[in-house]
Amino acid sequence: MIETHQLGKRFFDKKRGEIRAVDGVSFRCEPGRIYGLLGANGAGKTTTLRMLATILEPTEGSATVAGFDVATQAEQVRRNVGFLSTATALYGRLTAEEIVRYFGRLHGMDDATISKREDAIFARLEMNEFRDRRCDKLSTGMKQKVSIARTLIHDPSVMIFDEPTLGLDVMAARTIVGFIRECRDQGKTVVFSTHVMSEVEKLCDTIGIIDKGRLLVEGSLEELRSRYRQTDLEEIFVQVVEP
Amino acid sequence: MSLRNIGIVYRKELMDSLRDRRTLISMVVVPILIMPLLTIGLGVLAVDIAGKAKQQIPEVMILGGADSPQLMAQLTALKDIEIVPSRPDYADEISNKQIRAAVEIPPGFDAAVQSGQPVTVKIDNYQGDLNSGFATDTLRKALRDYRDATVSRRLESRGLPVTLITPFDIKDQNVAPPEKVTGAEIGGLIPYIVILLCMTGAMYPAIDLTAGEKERGTMETILSSPVSRLHLVLGKFLMVLTASLATAALAVTSMGVSFGIGRRMLMSMASGSDSGAMQLTITFKSVLAVFGMVVPLAVLFSAALLAISLHAKSYKEAQSYISPLIPIIIIPAVVSLLPGVELNAHLALIPVLNTSLVSKEIITGTYHWKLIVLIFASSCAYAAIALGIAVKLFQREDVLFRT
Repeated sequence: MIETHQLGKRFFDKKRGEIRAVDGVSFRCEPGRIYGLLGANGAGKTTTLRMLATILEPTEGSATVAGFDVATQAEQVRRNVGFLSTATALYGRLTAEEIVRYFGRLHGMDDATISKREDAIFARLEMNEFRDRRCDKLSTGMKQKVSIARTLIHDPSVMIFDEPTLGLDVMAARTIVGFIRECRDQGKTVVFSTHVMSEVEKLCDTIGIIDKGRLLVEGSLEELRSRYRQTDLEEIFVQVVEP
Repeated sequence: MSLRNIGIVYRKELMDSLRDRRTLISMVVVPILIMPLLTIGLGVLAVDIAGKAKQQIPEVMILGGADSPQLMAQLTALKDIEIVPSRPDYADEISNKQIRAAVEIPPGFDAAVQSGQPVTVKIDNYQGDLNSGFATDTLRKALRDYRDATVSRRLESRGLPVTLITPFDIKDQNVAPPEKVTGAEIGGLIPYIVILLCMTGAMYPAIDLTAGEKERGTMETILSSPVSRLHLVLGKFLMVLTASLATAALAVTSMGVSFGIGRRMLMSMASGSDSGAMQLTITFKSVLAVFGMVVPLAVLFSAALLAISLHAKSYKEAQSYISPLIPIIIIPAVVSLLPGVELNAHLALIPVLNTSLVSKEIITGTYHWKLIVLIFASSCAYAAIALGIAVKLFQREDVLFRT
């Protein structure tokens, strides 16, 4: 479960002064559901998700992830979250197996449990062929699988995806989309940010449109279509952000 | 504080860094190669150049002397120089290294000596040129021998003993132990190199583990894991410190081996001569003590480099921040090499300079315990401050996510 209440983040920039990257964002995502944050570049999606993953600290409001407060129980939040984005790269000089084991240990798992879980994930994602290969020698698709394995090793109840398909080819993007759907089917709480309309249409149970740090509209795809009398999500998005 | 988590981060960073070619070169290859190059390489080169210079017979002109056959006979009999015909542009020829020296004999030299008149012989040479120096030494010795023989003849003719003008002899004798002689000659150079390598050894891992992680996009990956930022920075710091100390340890070991081999090689190459290189002796105790003094400095370097590199967005930017640090480290180390700069309570508080000076003294076998304690304590304090800053910076979002 993810719940945010008036979540906000202010930065101070020497040239531009105070910047409100996220301003009073409130939403809720239940287990077994996918919440999609849809917004243009710089809308505040990444900052929101980084706050949920406790990489950034909120300056206003509150949020709980898997029942833990992001401001006061950051470590417990991270123990229950799998965070994947295009910015979360892999250690090129380590092998796929070394990376997954490293993150397993950081999650407090013992070596026997890591081995058991790792074998299951590697078999499921068909990674055994390249488990001993260094990550800088892997293809983009293989790297994506390693990243997925890295986020799954501790079997988190909450998954946060920040534009996970950005810059990927069709096949690699399909792997990610399939993985997100699988997470929902396993009963995990999934928050997902993107600016690709087709992905939102395919995946999200609830869509939140975010612009200039504010969550402007929220609802299921059908609700948004009926409210804006449009079938095309792109048209709905434009109507919301440029009324 | 979870030592387990620090250990996990440290082991991963160590494995990662040992697979990085740049870190391996700065941590292992440079310290292993630089000491033999400096000791054996330069020593062999110096002995070789000196040997070749001695083998070359320098060409010398004699200007005048036609009316002084006795002196001319002395000079032309010399085997270590070759007399060439005199020419008016002798000064230019010495400057151009065509000839190495010229002897100016004034007219009526022999007659003046016979009659007891004061007279001066000039030797024209090229100051600082090795071959010109050899030619000058040969000529000066020949002229001194001739003068001494003349004095002896005069005393004998008057029935006086030679001891009349030399009532006693003066002899230099070195009583300092060999390691102190070495320390005085090269003592400052050794800690200077160890300190410099300590810094360069920490440089690449510090950049790689901070700015390098940001550039490669792995910083966000690790920050999303449950490891706390304190444990993360301490794990990274220990790795940078390991690299720094490993570089210093390899440099010190390489130094010991190089001096051992170099001493034997130089002795066999320059056998029979009284070269200063023969005095090379550094004890294991002094090497160990130098290493002990360098440890807090390595902590200071590691923490400071980590903190500075963390500010950078990329590897290249971090290098541009760190490059100006190199002269800041080199200047105090060079100051310690200057003659007359001696360790005192004030200098003991200046980082780098204090370690450099105390290491120089340790190499010479001198242990000022009060100053050693003061230096160790002050270096530890500076190191703790630098580490505190690095830990604080790792908590700051504007530093970790600077765009």
